[in-house]
Amino acid sequence: MSTVNCPECEAEITFAEGTEAGEIIVCPDCGVDLEVTSIDPAAVQLAPMEQEDWGE
Amino acid sequence: MQRRLKIGVLYSRVRVEEKWIFGAMEKRGIDYDRLDDRAISFDLEKPEAWQQYDAVLERSISYNSGLYALRLLNAFGVPTVNKASVAEICGDKLMTSAVLARDGVPQPHNVTAFSPEAALEAIEAFGYPVVLKPVVGSWGRLLAKINDRDAAEAVLEHKSTLGSVQHSVFYIQEFIEKPGRDLRIIMIGDKVLTGMYRSSEHWITNTARGGSGELCPITPEIEDICLRASKAVGGGLLGVDLVEHPEKGLVVNEINHTMEFHTMQPVSGIDIAGEIVEYVVRSAMQKSE
Repeated sequence: MSTVNCPECEAEITFAEGTEAGEIIVCPDCGVDLEVTSIDPAAVQLAPMEQEDWGE
Repeated sequence: MQRRLKIGVLYSRVRVEEKWIFGAMEKRGIDYDRLDDRAISFDLEKPEAWQQYDAVLERSISYNSGLYALRLLNAFGVPTVNKASVAEICGDKLMTSAVLARDGVPQPHNVTAFSPEAALEAIEAFGYPVVLKPVVGSWGRLLAKINDRDAAEAVLEHKSTLGSVQHSVFYIQEFIEKPGRDLRIIMIGDKVLTGMYRSSEHWITNTARGGSGELCPITPEIEDICLRASKAVGGGLLGVDLVEHPEKGLVVNEINHTMEFHTMQPVSGIDIAGEIVEYVVRSAMQKSE
C-alpha cells in the first residue's frame, strides 16, 4: 500500500489500487489536484494548472 | 516471420482514457512505449530514436505540444494518429470552419475579423445575441455569449488588451437556440461508432462544464454529416460536435482530434479504447507493408 502526504495540507493519502504514475488524484482533505509522479516510492506533486491550449 | 509492431503513445497525464488505452494495448499484447510529452525531445539529427515506432498515438493534453510532435513525427516518416494535418485543422476553429465551408458541410454562420472595430461591425450585422470564441480552445473555455452592444465593446476590448495575439482573431458565430443539448459523435476512421447527447440548462453543453450525457442513436443524417465532416478535415479518430439548428437542421460546431471519452464509453457500453488501439495498429501495419 502506497501512502504519501499532500504537499498542500499534509493529509495522508493512500493510493487506490490501480493508481498509475502520471495520474491526477484529488486530496481527500483539501481538494487540491495532485499528480502522481511515482508509485514506488510513493510521490505526488501539485498538478499543473490548466493552460489555454489544453483540451481535446 | 513478421516483426512485432512497436507503438508509441504520447501523453501528458494518465487520464481514465489513457488507462483504458494502455489496458487495451496490454490486453492485445502490443509492444508499446508510454511517452510523457514533458520528458521527450526531438533531435532533428537523430530521427532514428522516433523511427523505431511503427505508429505513434497522440494523446497530449496540450494542443501545441501535441501538434508540434505530430509535425516532427510525420516529417520523420512516422505514421501518427491523428496526422499532423488533421490536428492542425481540428485544433483551430477557424481552419475547421474554412474546410467545412470549402466542402459544403453545414455549420453555424460565422465571421472572422482581426480588429475590435471590424469585429464590432460584424457583430452588429449578426444582431444579438452572438457568440465569440477563441480559435484555439477546448472544454468550453473562454466562450462569450454577447447579448448587446455594451457587452460586445467590453469583451472585444478585454480580448484585444488582455489576451495573447491569438485573441485578436475574433471568431464570431451565430447564437443557436439549441434544444438544451448538443451531440458528440465518435468516429473511428470511416466508422461512425457511437454518439451521445450532452444536455445542460446552460448554453455551453460541454461535459467539462457540467453537461450530462445520454446515448444518441446514429441516424442516417448524423452518419452522413459526420462522414462529410471527417473527410473535410482529413479523417482519423475524431469527436464530432453537432448542433441541432432550428432552421438548418444538423450543423457541425467543431471537430476534436484528441477526443476524451470517459463519459461516452460507459454511456455507450462500447470499448472505445479498444477500437482506438485497433485503428492505431491498422495504421502501423500500413506503414510496415
